[in-house]
Amino acid sequence: MTPSAASRVPPGEGFIAHVGRRSLEAGRALSDVGTWTPLLAIQMRRLGVDSVPIAIFIAVFTGIVLSLLSSYIFTGAVPMYFVGALVGKTVMMELGPVLTGMALAGRVGASIAAELGTMKVSEQVDALETLAYDRYSYLVVPRVLAATLMFPVVTAFAVAIGVGSGWITAINLLDLSTAEFLKGLKQFYQFKDVWFGLVKSASFGFAVALMGCMRGLATEGGAQGVGQSTTSAVVLGCEAILVLDAFWALVLL
Amino acid sequence: MIVLDNLTKSFGSSSILKGLSLEVPDGQNTVIIGPSGSGKSVTLKLIVRLLEPDAGCVKVDGHDVGEMDRDELATLRGRVGYVFQFAALFDSMTVAQNIRLGLVRRGYDESAIRERVEESLEVVELLGSEDKLPAELSGGMRKRVGIARAIALKPRYILYDEPTTGLDPVTAAVMDQLMMRTRDLGVTGLVVTHDMRSAFSVGDRLAMLHEGSIRQVGSAREMQASHDPVVRQFIEGRPERVVLEPPVRRSAG
Repeated sequence: MTPSAASRVPPGEGFIAHVGRRSLEAGRALSDVGTWTPLLAIQMRRLGVDSVPIAIFIAVFTGIVLSLLSSYIFTGAVPMYFVGALVGKTVMMELGPVLTGMALAGRVGASIAAELGTMKVSEQVDALETLAYDRYSYLVVPRVLAATLMFPVVTAFAVAIGVGSGWITAINLLDLSTAEFLKGLKQFYQFKDVWFGLVKSASFGFAVALMGCMRGLATEGGAQGVGQSTTSAVVLGCEAILVLDAFWALVLL
Repeated sequence: MIVLDNLTKSFGSSSILKGLSLEVPDGQNTVIIGPSGSGKSVTLKLIVRLLEPDAGCVKVDGHDVGEMDRDELATLRGRVGYVFQFAALFDSMTVAQNIRLGLVRRGYDESAIRERVEESLEVVELLGSEDKLPAELSGGMRKRVGIARAIALKPRYILYDEPTTGLDPVTAAVMDQLMMRTRDLGVTGLVVTHDMRSAFSVGDRLAMLHEGSIRQVGSAREMQASHDPVVRQFIEGRPERVVLEPPVRRSAG
C-alpha cells in the first residue's frame, strides 16, 4: 500500500502554504454541492439520530446526580429551590453539551475514523477518485456538516432529558415541589444559556467529525493502522472539545 | 496512447521508480511484469494521478496528466478505468450500486444507467448478482465486478492491478479471458502482474520492470527468447541462489 497524493505534504511546502492549499481543497469540496447533498441526510441519521439513545442515557444520570449533589451542597445554607437553578444552568451550559460531546466523540469520531480508515487501506478511497469523485466532497463534507448540524439537536434532547430527570429526582427524593424547582429554574434563566450550549455543541460536532475524517483518511497499513487512527480520532476529538469549551467560555461569557 | 516518460518516485528513503519510460500503444494489452515491490502498482497510480511523480511525466492521448486541472482530471478518469488488486468494491453497496456510482457521476439518466449496469455485468458473466453485497461474493467474482465497474464507463483504457493474484487457476483463466474480451472490444489494457502464465496469455507486449526502470520490452515470444539473465530468471521463476547452512548438532549433556 502506498501513501496517496492527497495525504502527502509536498516536500518544502511551508505550514501557511499547506493550510492555504487545504483551505482551497475544502472550499472546492464545499462548492461540489451535487456530490454531498444526497449523502447529507444519510449522515445526519447515522451520526445524529442514531446517537440519541446514548445521549439520553447520559443525560438521565447527569440530571439525577446534579439534583442530589446540589441538594447536598445547599442544605442549611441556600434555599432548596436553587436546586432548579443549578440543574438548569449546569445542564444547559456545560454538562449537556460537554458530556454529550464526549460521548459522541467516542461514538461518532471512532465510527468515522474506522470507516474511512478501512476504506483507505482497502483502496476504496482511491477507487472513488478513479470514478471521478472528490474524496473530500464525497466523504468529508457530508460527515462534517451532518455532525455540525446534528450535535446541537442531540444536545438539545440531552438538555431536556437532563433537566427533566433532575426535576423528577428533586420532587421524589428531595421533598421539593415542582413549583419550587421551576422557580429556581426560571430565576436565573437567560436565553443565552440555551444558545451558548447549542453553539458550543455545533463546534464540538465540527471538530469531532473533522478529526475522525482527518485521521481516517491518513490511515496507513492494515488493521493496526485503522485501530491507531480510531484511537487517535477519539483522543483528538475529546481534546478538541475541552479546548473549544474553554474558548467559548472566554469568548462568550 | 499512454506515454510514461522518465518517471521517478520515492517514498521516504526508498526509491521505487528510477527513470521509468514506456509507451502503451492503443488497441493492445501491455503487461508490466516484475517482482513484488518493484513499483508496478505505483506506476498505475501515477497514470491516473492517485500519486504524483517526483520527476518525469505521464501523457495520455498527448495530454500531460500532471498539468491537468480538477475538471480535466475527472474527464481523464472517465477515460481510464482502474481495476484494483483486491477489487476495492464499496462494501456497503450492492454490486449494481458499485457499478452505477461512476455512471451517476457522469450524469447518465436512470434508464441509461440500468442498461449500462446490465451490459457490463453481462460482459463479466455476473447477471443476476446485482443485489448481492461484496461480502457475499468470492474473490474472483469481486474482481469481475471490479472490471464491470470499470467497463461500464466505456473507457478507452483499463489499468489492471494484479488481476489474477490470489485466484485459483480456473478463475484466473476466466480473468484472462475477460481482459482479452475487453481488448477485443477496443479497450487498451495495461496490466501489471507477476503471474507469468497470465502475462503470456493476455499480453500483446510485455515490459519487464527491474530496479525502478524498464529492463526489456517485447512480445511474449521475444521475452521468452530473451538472453537477458534478469528477464530469464524472472520468467522461469528461478530464485536467487540460497545457501542453506547445515544445522549445528548439539552434543548431548
